[in-house]
Amino acid sequence: MTGSDFGAGRMPWIWFAVAAVAVLGLPLVARTDTPALLAIWCLFALSLGLMWGYAGILSFGHAAYYGLGAYTFAVASFNIPDTTVPLLLAIAVPAVVAAVIGAMMFYGRISDVYLGVITLVVTLILNRFMNATAGDAYRIGNARLGGFNGMPAFPTLNVPGDPAAAIYGDGLYYVIAVSLLLAYLLARWILTSDFGRILIGIRENEQRMELLGYNVPAYKTAIFTISAGMAGLAGCFFANYAEIVTPGVFSLGQTAEVLIWVIVGGLGTLIGPILGAVVLGVLKLELGRQQLIDNSLVLGAILILVVLFIPNGFVPFFMQWRRRLARMQAQRRRVGGVRRRRLAMPDAEA
Amino acid sequence: MSETVVETQDLSVRFGGVLAVNSVSFSLRERELRCLIGPNGAGKSTFFKSVTGQLRGAQTSGRVLVVGEDVTTWRTHHIIRLGVGVKTQVPSVMNGLTVLENLWLSARRTLGHAEAEAVVDEVVSELRLQGLARHRVGELAHGQRQLVEIGIVLAAKPRLVLLDEPAAGITSTEMERLVAIIKRINQAAAVIVVDHDMHFVRMLEGRITVFHQGAVLVEGAADTVLSDARVREVYLGNRAR
Repeated sequence: MTGSDFGAGRMPWIWFAVAAVAVLGLPLVARTDTPALLAIWCLFALSLGLMWGYAGILSFGHAAYYGLGAYTFAVASFNIPDTTVPLLLAIAVPAVVAAVIGAMMFYGRISDVYLGVITLVVTLILNRFMNATAGDAYRIGNARLGGFNGMPAFPTLNVPGDPAAAIYGDGLYYVIAVSLLLAYLLARWILTSDFGRILIGIRENEQRMELLGYNVPAYKTAIFTISAGMAGLAGCFFANYAEIVTPGVFSLGQTAEVLIWVIVGGLGTLIGPILGAVVLGVLKLELGRQQLIDNSLVLGAILILVVLFIPNGFVPFFMQWRRRLARMQAQRRRVGGVRRRRLAMPDAEA
Repeated sequence: MSETVVETQDLSVRFGGVLAVNSVSFSLRERELRCLIGPNGAGKSTFFKSVTGQLRGAQTSGRVLVVGEDVTTWRTHHIIRLGVGVKTQVPSVMNGLTVLENLWLSARRTLGHAEAEAVVDEVVSELRLQGLARHRVGELAHGQRQLVEIGIVLAAKPRLVLLDEPAAGITSTEMERLVAIIKRINQAAAVIVVDHDMHFVRMLEGRITVFHQGAVLVEGAADTVLSDARVREVYLGNRAR
């Protein structure tokens, strides 16, 4: 169908190339610790933005999969010397958990409100549970879960096949940045595939898609699983970045932050959640340097202002504004053309 | 003898204390056109929904068979895959997508890429939607959205088409076009139409089943049914003249 993109927009290849060069060239001109953290948050926001913005599934507990990714990596890396396998497990475990929870929710046909409640409750349960794992009994192989103190000092990522060659500093940044770029391409590919178009159809009208014969719960479970795997990867990178995993990864703050990044950046776009994570992430880090104003208050105020005045978020607002400007320019050109023709043919006018 | 496309045997649907459909035994053959009429609350739409497995939270008894398969406990999308197309009472379309995208989602479920695109073009020209093809459906007028929904049904190439109040809110000119479209659909598929507009029902020239208080009151040819004293009493009043 020429010209139809199901509202997903065209792949901005030029912008992608510019962004890729900037992201990959960054270590040549600046320190990479903060950009690495921002890229992790971007990946986390992208995972929620893909599921919420294009399939219409709002999870209030996406931090559950982020945290599961972090804990899975930490636990597995204590037990498996080569951390390539823990990295893959950090994607697979959250994805499997999401597949089970998602299948129960979507085949059970619970309403959106209950979906939000269930996803939130899962996160809170994980938070509570992890806080209560301080005793020596909470051990998985060589890994102690550590309760509220979390799990420090686990082996971090290494070059695949060489456990002695740890990846840290700029190397870790490159791994995270490349993963983010690949995740973006994966999300783009999903949206341009039949699967993505069907998801967009489900977002628009679930009942109609069912009346067309689509197995709606299966599609929703699938995107929920993919999104959780992506969030798990972000969590795994966070574990490697921070070199400690605590129950804070399952906190309400964590789950609220990612929602705010996506809303402020813009739902129904892929770049919106990424920009939201970068801008609000930088703001959070800057606010963290001072004691006067609480970061949560500022984030909350921004959320309220955006919801009130730019309900679709900044990127869709900017795109609408650009389209309107283009229409106005086209109209001006048409009017100008008519005037010129009239001036050129005064007799015909008479 | 042509095959029975849809059949219900002693179908009853109860919502709590309300018996919405009462022991309805109904059958429709291939390429038959049937109109369901009856007063509000007679059970027509509930009957429709029970045939397509859309009723949740209702107590159902009896059997529903679609193209010979007992679908009584099936999920909606499984029933639809037997070749059923449904137009709902309130237009159920993807408002945020264009007309083309709506039609494509319908065609693509059963057809390959190239075939789906060909069918979309075919439906667009048949329903004369060329001028609206790239418009978002949510921006269209009610009658146009009704037409798009019928296009969605058509694009899936169904064997059985269920149209719930297709003539609601459309002009008389659009109605004539709609009748022609339904008759065209009926050349390839069995069609059940629920509607209150007796002028529209007469124009369709199909057999009529009258529902009253959840049960079938009368069934037969239009002239016989519309002149039936019971039908006049419970539903038509003076409208049949």
